[in-house]
Amino acid sequence: MSGVGELYQELILDHNRSPRNYRRMDDATGFAEGRNPLCGDQLTVWLKVDGDTVVDASFHGSGCAISKSSASLMTAAVKGRTRGEALRMFEQFQAVVTGTVPAAAARDDLGKLAVFSGISAFPVRVKCATLAWHALKAALGGPAQAVSTE
Amino acid sequence: MTALSSPPAPAPPLDVARLREDFPILATTVRGKPLVYLDNAATTQKPQAVLDALVHHYAAQNANIHRGVHWLSELATAAYEGARARVASFLGGATPREVVFTRGATEAINLVAQSWGRTFLRPGDEVLVTGMEHHANIVPWQLLAEQTGIVLRAAPVTDEGELELEAFEALLTDRVKLVSVVHLSNAIGTINPVRRLADLAHARGIPLLIDAAQSVSHLPVDVTDLDCDFLAFSGHKVLGPTGIGVLWARESLLERMPPWQGGGDMIASVSFERSTWASHPQKFEAGTPHIAGAVGLAAALDYLDAVGRPAVAAYEHELLASAVDRVGSMTGVRLVGMARERASILSFEVAGVHPHDVGAVLDDEGIAIRAGHHCAQPIMARLGVPATARASFALYNTHEEVEALVRGIERVRRIFR
Repeated sequence: MSGVGELYQELILDHNRSPRNYRRMDDATGFAEGRNPLCGDQLTVWLKVDGDTVVDASFHGSGCAISKSSASLMTAAVKGRTRGEALRMFEQFQAVVTGTVPAAAARDDLGKLAVFSGISAFPVRVKCATLAWHALKAALGGPAQAVSTE
Repeated sequence: MTALSSPPAPAPPLDVARLREDFPILATTVRGKPLVYLDNAATTQKPQAVLDALVHHYAAQNANIHRGVHWLSELATAAYEGARARVASFLGGATPREVVFTRGATEAINLVAQSWGRTFLRPGDEVLVTGMEHHANIVPWQLLAEQTGIVLRAAPVTDEGELELEAFEALLTDRVKLVSVVHLSNAIGTINPVRRLADLAHARGIPLLIDAAQSVSHLPVDVTDLDCDFLAFSGHKVLGPTGIGVLWARESLLERMPPWQGGGDMIASVSFERSTWASHPQKFEAGTPHIAGAVGLAAALDYLDAVGRPAVAAYEHELLASAVDRVGSMTGVRLVGMARERASILSFEVAGVHPHDVGAVLDDEGIAIRAGHHCAQPIMARLGVPATARASFALYNTHEEVEALVRGIERVRRIFR
């Protein structure tokens, strides 16, 4: 399938249907809200950081299949990583979804997240894919933050 | 599913295939598929007559207006003032002196808030709107509230998306100094009974502003029949250019309103001690206006009237009724906004699929719709939806395009099953 088939791959549809780590977290050490005011998407990312390690990550909110599945895959991917590793992963993810780095080059580091490489052909959806990541970055920075992709 | 009310007065049928040829952009293909343009509530496409008028203006009569002593300036001034007269005749019993050109409906409402509102409203005075307003008829009053201490109130809307008339009346207290209502909701297509609201407001001595941005290309908009005091619309939603719009107001109001922007073209005399203003409407048009835009708007109104507004209304009603029937009966699809009186707009949800994803799949089929909150977040919140997918129809849309929309939504359902 061409066109939107590149966008809505099975892994993305699966994580949209049944998002992982889709829950609020009472004992979070940090959380942040991400908003896309133009489309109304809104999600909150919670983190539990022990020392320098992200031991738990979750999210909740409303958004399109891309922002929701991206948040789902992100929360799974950052668990067990250090702050530095999580932020580096965001940089690589951003490079892949904006098409500045080919997906193949980042596949080893990004794992399943490489499924979003098709987004680079849909520039208006890049902000959907990175919404949760911006919130993650803010949540790593302190207790309560709000970020906007616009 | 709720059926639409009875159609408007019968009118001669439209030759839509013929009419589509007047709109060059409709021949566009999107990734190899014919463009199906169903985002008319955002902006309408332009007929060749409007494009020709813009080119002719710049090619044959471009000059600044109201100040040149030369021949070309006279031509341009005549074209611009001719456009003003054309808008006045389009609006029924209006006179050209009551027509102020603005950038659009948004600027027109801001003008009323900043000129009339700041001058005549006092702390505690209320501006009453409905729960289904576009942000353009909410935020200007909130800015005014911060500046003057007025209070913005919104009359509630039913689950079907209709104004609660009794509640509206109950809110019409002697604190209310202006009623400002949308004629046709851009988010859910509800037609508000604006004449009835005008009568209710006037019985209490309250003026009424109509936001006609959405209605002007679909419904009769005659300021005498509607008996409103202010009316705002945008050229680009009625087949005209972007960047031009209209504030119509009763002359008795415009006479008493101060300028809201200062500059050239709006003055009678200027010295460093004191300046005096031109009369209306020039008083409200500081700086060089969008002359070509006004000329293009006049051409758009000519085009629409030549096709025939009653015929357009009857055809669009039939098209929307068919879309309500076809899309509304699809499994997993829910229509949002079920007012008995509605026009042009089909807002819907596909179960389990975010409207942006609906929009992305439809776009892949060459179908342009809007997905989101439609700059009307309060009505979305009232109806309990974060966003909807919205197809909106214009005179050049066809029954085949309704079928393309149905097939597109079927594909959405297959991908996200």
